Amino acid sequence: MKHASVLGLVVALGASHALADIVAPTEVVYENGAVATSLSGAPGDPDSGAEIMNKGAGNCIACHQVSALDHLAFHGEIGPPLDGVADRWSEAELRGIVANAKLTFDGSMMPSFYKTEGFVRLGNAYTGKAHADGEVAPLLSAQEIEDVVSFLLTLTED
Amino acid sequence: MGIRPIALIIAGLAAAGTAWAQDSDEMNIEGLEIVTETEAPEHLENLRTIYSGWRFRTDETQSLQLDDFENPAFVFIDQALDAFDEAGANGNACSTCHENGPEEFAGFTAAMPKVMDGKLTTTEDFLNGHRAETQGEEPWKWSSQDMQQMVALIGLQSRGMPVDVAIDGEAAPYWELGKEMYYTRYGQLELSCANCHEDNYGMMIRADHLSQGQTNGFPTYRLKQAKLISRHNRFRGCIRDTRAETFAEGSDEFRALELYVASRANGLSVETPAVRQ
Ligand code: HEC
Ligand code: HEC
Ligand code: HEC
Repeated sequence: MKHASVLGLVVALGASHALADIVAPTEVVYENGAVATSLSGAPGDPDSGAEIMNKGAGNCIACHQVSALDHLAFHGEIGPPLDGVADRWSEAELRGIVANAKLTFDGSMMPSFYKTEGFVRLGNAYTGKAHADGEVAPLLSAQEIEDVVSFLLTLTED
Repeated sequence: MGIRPIALIIAGLAAAGTAWAQDSDEMNIEGLEIVTETEAPEHLENLRTIYSGWRFRTDETQSLQLDDFENPAFVFIDQALDAFDEAGANGNACSTCHENGPEEFAGFTAAMPKVMDGKLTTTEDFLNGHRAETQGEEPWKWSSQDMQQMVALIGLQSRGMPVDVAIDGEAAPYWELGKEMYYTRYGQLELSCANCHEDNYGMMIRADHLSQGQTNGFPTYRLKQAKLISRHNRFRGCIRDTRAETFAEGSDEFRALELYVASRANGLSVETPAVRQ
């Protein structure tokens, strides 16, 4: 049964890109905090990225102000505003920051969005209960990281 | 950590013009002066000044706390006053023995939690033990309104007095554990109490204006929940929001955390019952 469904997934994704192209959270190669190639093996979708900035496990504007997302209420002030961020950082650097900001900013308060181990008292999402044994999903999937990075790349000052 | 101050400065600049820090309002409740800002206690290495959470709230929320007739928590205080006169299982009411009323308990809350009979004891622990002993009563649940309104009534008797919990002697090992918890980055979001309430108080996190996370106003009346909130319930919520497995209300861990957090407010006035958003 299990086998069949896994195969089904591979077939479904097969049309655009194979599952094998996805880099697992534990296998990401960081160079000075930066990640050179797409984590999903596919390009990102900036519109989807903009959505993720606002909701769910992304919720970047909880901590960052983003003028391009002015239509959304309540931008936080914990991190720097992300306006013009594409002028300050390369695509690889941005991918690294979104995947695991602590490798660029030592001790950063920014959550590590593509990380699955090393947590203290990992919970089951926001239930307050322990995470059941078994696979830990990163906060954002490989494709979601790519989507966010492609959105960040639209944030130029000029 | 080296980059933190830079981020703080940038974030501060971004927020210039908005109300990004504590305000400068002073609190006076019908003639009683409440200290909402004072020098941090010596044991606090990373803060120079401590502020009541009241200073971070909107004017509307603040004003509710300035008048006991407007403060919605007083509905519960009144219920606790009634309960004070009600006979327990063995016929004793609190007032049977405490003939001068709850006023006898002035100063009690300012020093809580503290070690009693070798065990770190919160007001909730004390009340459950005391009720069993003197009234033959069953324990109240930690965050039940029966419990929290009595905790609030007792706390009110210390209103205006400086928080002054002991952190040395027998309390020291509990305090150390609480401190360690305060700086532990819990959950999938890997956030510690200090990340939000020490490094970033005064900042907005999404729609929330971060305070120093002080407990001197607890139990607080939360407008959103329309009831009294216990200290442990607040801790539980803050840890849950880091996508962590939280601790139970009434756990030894939360007792220790309660002591440590209370000690960070040493010098601020007890404000019980405070009003929060
Ligand atoms: C809990 C708060 C928090 C959240 C949530 C958060 N960040 Fe950050 N972020 C920070 C902080 C703080 C910094 C500053 C780096 C440092 O010193 O730690 C930062 C830095 C950055 C930077 C570098 C900015 C620059 O100009 O140097 C980028 C890019 C970034 N974050 C993107 C994101 C994205 C995308 C998300 C959502 C997927 C996100 N952040 C979510 C706190 C956060
Ligand atoms: C049978 C008598 C009796 C009853 C009933 C009783 N108490 Fe007490 N209580 C005492 C005695 C005796 C003490 C210890 C002496 C003191 O500190 O006043 C005490 C101490 C306290 C203290 C600690 C005071 C301090 O400063 O250390 C509090 C608070 C308290 N009682 C609250 C209550 C409440 C609330 C009730 C009802 C739920 C209650 N008591 C019922 C006899 C009683
Ligand atoms: C992600 C950020 C975050 C973290 C981490 C966090 N809190 Fe909070 N906490 C909040 C917010 C938001 C509020 C409501 C606004 C305020 O008072 O700061 C709050 C409120 C509080 C309050 C109520 C303050 C008052 O004046 O009523 C206390 C107490 C508190 N937190 C303690 C803690 C403790 C202890 C920890 C660590 C176990 C913790 N918090 C971790 C965000 C956080």
